[in-house]
Amino acid sequence: MESLESYPGARVLEVRLRVGALAAVVEDSLQFCYGIATEGTSLEGSKLVVKTVPVVMHCVGCGQDVELVGVQSFRCPRCGEPCFDLRQGRELEIEAIEIDDGVGAETVGDAEIGVKA
Amino acid sequence: MTTRIVELRRGILKKNDELAAGLRDRYAAGGVLVLNLVSSPGTGKTAFLERTLTALRARGAKVAALVGDLETDNDARRLAASGAPVRQINTHGICHLDAEMISKHLDGWELGNLDYLFIENVGNLVCPSSYDLGEKIRVALLSVTEGEDKPLKYPTLFNSADAAVITKMDIAEPCGFDRGLALRNINEIRPGIRIFETSAKTGTGMEEWLGYLGEECEKRGA
Repeated sequence: MESLESYPGARVLEVRLRVGALAAVVEDSLQFCYGIATEGTSLEGSKLVVKTVPVVMHCVGCGQDVELVGVQSFRCPRCGEPCFDLRQGRELEIEAIEIDDGVGAETVGDAEIGVKA
Repeated sequence: MTTRIVELRRGILKKNDELAAGLRDRYAAGGVLVLNLVSSPGTGKTAFLERTLTALRARGAKVAALVGDLETDNDARRLAASGAPVRQINTHGICHLDAEMISKHLDGWELGNLDYLFIENVGNLVCPSSYDLGEKIRVALLSVTEGEDKPLKYPTLFNSADAAVITKMDIAEPCGFDRGLALRNINEIRPGIRIFETSAKTGTGMEEWLGYLGEECEKRGA
């Protein structure tokens, strides 16, 4: 919310999240709650966009970071060695918000939302 | 109208993570080894911890515990019978402990006088895995009555654990518990993790567990 202070009169159109495959967050539930939680706030009516981030482990055998196919086995998909070192997959963060900065907002209708600056 | 993208890159659990980092510093300054015990309701965290606290105290270690539950102070009263200082945290509906709750409940405790602080989390395998409490060791517990595939169903918790404890080994046989499968599943999610097969009732596996605690306690602050 404090991010909006630099843009007085701005309206939030979209909130973009990055959610790791191990973040224990279910997108459907999040979407279901989002509308309710944002009612009466400056986020009311905004769209929630969830980007799922796969698990990336460092494989000692291969000497490089490898992306896991799922979260049922923490072995390197290339060489089969067990992986201990998690590099990505627990994220739960707001990546960005898309706003209408309020310039000319009184005269512009919703139909034009999505026009990029 | 001008549409613009404001980059934030802000962790939703940032506040908890910052508080947890502060707690970690406090634990380190006090030289206390902190463990966070996480499992489903009914796995036997409290019975396991009762036995652990009593045994550590008998060996002269200075121990304390915080215990989280939605309601009641039943668990705190059970644990306090060990003679250790214990505080109950009632979350009144919240399904996990967070760093702020821990911080509040440590008030007045001199961490420098402790060797071990155990935090028994609210019984839940999901949300506690996302909340760092500043602990050195996260312990995932699983009982023989729960099904050997628990680690596969809750990979977030088991993958973030530093040690795994199987409880109620005394009833493994009547439960048809497939030990090999359970060990394989834990290892599939968290390769190489230390696994302790225990019974708080008979004391099975407790010596090995206490030995591990002793080693970790020696290493604390190192």
